[in-house]
Amino acid sequence: MQLPRDTLLRLWRTMVRIRAFEERLILENRKGGIAGHLHLYIGQEAIATGVCAHLADEDAITSTHRGHGHALAKGCDATGMMAEIFGRATGSCAGKGGSMHIADPKRGHLGANGIVGANAPLALGAALSAKTLGTHGVSVAFIGDGASNQGAVFESMNMAAAMALPVLFVIEQNGYGEYTRTDAVTGTADLAARAASFGMPAQQIDGTDIFAVYDATQSAIHHARTGLGPTTLVATAPRFGGHYEGDNQAYRSASDMQKARDQQDCLALYRNRILEAGLLEARDLDAIVHAAHSDMEQAARQARADAPPAPAALLTDIYAKAL
Amino acid sequence: MRIKSYSEALRDALDQEMARDPRVIIMGEDVRPGVMGVTQGLYDTYGPTRVIDTPISETAFIGAAIGAAMTGLRPVVELMFCDFAGVCFDQILNQAAKLRYMTGGQISLPLVIRTTMGAGERAAAQHSQSLHHLFTAIPGLKIVVPATAEDAAGLLLTAIRDPDPVIFFENKMLYDSQMSVSDPAIALPFGKAHLLREGDDLTIVALSRMVGFARTACDELAQKGISADLIDPRTTQPLDEAAILGSLHKTGHLLVVDEGSARCGMAADIASLAASKGFHSLKAPVQMLTPPQTPIPFAPELEDAWLPSSGDIEKAAYTLLQKV
Ligand SMILES: Cc1ncc(C[n+]2csc(CCOP(=O)(O)OP(=O)(O)O)c2C)c(N)n1
Ligand SMILES: [Mg+2]
Repeated sequence: MQLPRDTLLRLWRTMVRIRAFEERLILENRKGGIAGHLHLYIGQEAIATGVCAHLADEDAITSTHRGHGHALAKGCDATGMMAEIFGRATGSCAGKGGSMHIADPKRGHLGANGIVGANAPLALGAALSAKTLGTHGVSVAFIGDGASNQGAVFESMNMAAAMALPVLFVIEQNGYGEYTRTDAVTGTADLAARAASFGMPAQQIDGTDIFAVYDATQSAIHHARTGLGPTTLVATAPRFGGHYEGDNQAYRSASDMQKARDQQDCLALYRNRILEAGLLEARDLDAIVHAAHSDMEQAARQARADAPPAPAALLTDIYAKAL
Repeated sequence: MRIKSYSEALRDALDQEMARDPRVIIMGEDVRPGVMGVTQGLYDTYGPTRVIDTPISETAFIGAAIGAAMTGLRPVVELMFCDFAGVCFDQILNQAAKLRYMTGGQISLPLVIRTTMGAGERAAAQHSQSLHHLFTAIPGLKIVVPATAEDAAGLLLTAIRDPDPVIFFENKMLYDSQMSVSDPAIALPFGKAHLLREGDDLTIVALSRMVGFARTACDELAQKGISADLIDPRTTQPLDEAAILGSLHKTGHLLVVDEGSARCGMAADIASLAASKGFHSLKAPVQMLTPPQTPIPFAPELEDAWLPSSGDIEKAAYTLLQKV
């Protein structure tokens, strides 16, 4: 596909920023000072980037525990996210959500979710609002391959199809749910066929190929915006790291991990393709990488310096109208 | 004022709010025919975009209502029986109740989940429970338990206008009970108890259907020269602590009557309020009258024995006042 130079640069910039954000997190986590777990998205950047490239602020996403990439691709502010992950008052959720609950409704990000599969019904609701209020908005639920076995997801697929809601279900097939291979606990190998059985178009795509993700999403979003209802995309891409940062992955073969980095790195694949085709110059790409790393370093420095929430914050934000 | 049943009063309140605010939509199973009675006829007025029959997928449609509330609608969703909360508990417990807090106040959820409670229909253990206490224990929710048609309508208006998730417990045994009600309905505040009887000897706090039973008991007690304050908190979150403690201060005797759980229920909660904040007013141990801590039985004789009656309330009052 022939994409304009602007778009090519934008896609690269988003993927690179996600990678840089999380590489920065790995470094900062080693230094200490980050509480809780980090579920990293490295290896899957092309999926969030290719999908969210088609979304405006009026379009909604709901995300997962592995959600930094979705948030950055949807336009959330990296500095606020970094501060949130450090548990700061300046964080995007005032330090009350952390890594697993980043949200920015003004950007159409309705929240990452700590309950596997629970974000799917929420995306239906945003689609229902769009349909009822006539905004032409669509919504996207990002769903892990493990999460795809949840009843909440099945119910949502059925209801979205029955009501022709403008929803896109994006199943990210990284092969694992925590330490367990998803294929070992899933009755079918064909997640797209399973989704299609609910009465919607569904397609298996290579999630390391951002052009494949971009194209498939474009059709799915068009389908949704024209009132034809939901679509499911099953995008395959490896998780480079463990379930969480620090997971030693004793359950995973060294060759599997090596292969992911050497042959399935969506950033390297993109870069090679773009340079081979002479679409962009190496220095353009590299400048974006440098800028991203310096932005993330700055975001982390800022987050370290920021103050934690004041004790009084404990008792605020429970209700919009106090009891 | 007009004579209406609890069910009609609720329907008219829904109609009133839907007419006033186009963002109000209704969702649930069989809401178009109105299998539970309350939503009957609204489809004819508001059509398929505002009265939505869903699949039998409580997780999906309650979750969808939450997502819709986050993005500009004001959904009123019907969960046929509160017993069914078991299949969609995550959406209520972890999503609706917590999304505002977890996002640092970025999200508000103007959502009402209407559901039914109450034993007496010979419907056995999975269609008869009263689980308002369970939801009262979850920060982030507001809980309404109206006992009369007037309160049901007035509190439903407030629930729909409220910016936070509200679980609205209708007692299905009250649906047909008639009374003269304001027409149109008048919004009633949350956290404001209703004083139904005034007296000096004891304070009776009752909820939902137990309020009517307690009123009957108060009439019997009055004939024997015993006078009681009868207080219906109407909402358990927020709870009108001042009304309860104020009355206790006057009478020194507290009887709490609730159809919810004997353990960790509203009766225990209100007794603990008295013990912690009203201890010096107490002239006798708090009496708690609840069903026994068992599932709800089917056989009419057993179910009747399970549910507190007005006679039980009267007896509990005598015990409390040591006039056995
Ligand atoms: C309802 C629920 N069950 C279990 C968990 C624990 N858990 C967190 S992440 C995870 C694995 C999810 O796998 P998948 O959906 O494939 O997402 P991935 O981690 O691969 O991105 C599990 C089991 C949870 N958070 N929620
Ligand atoms: Mg997975």
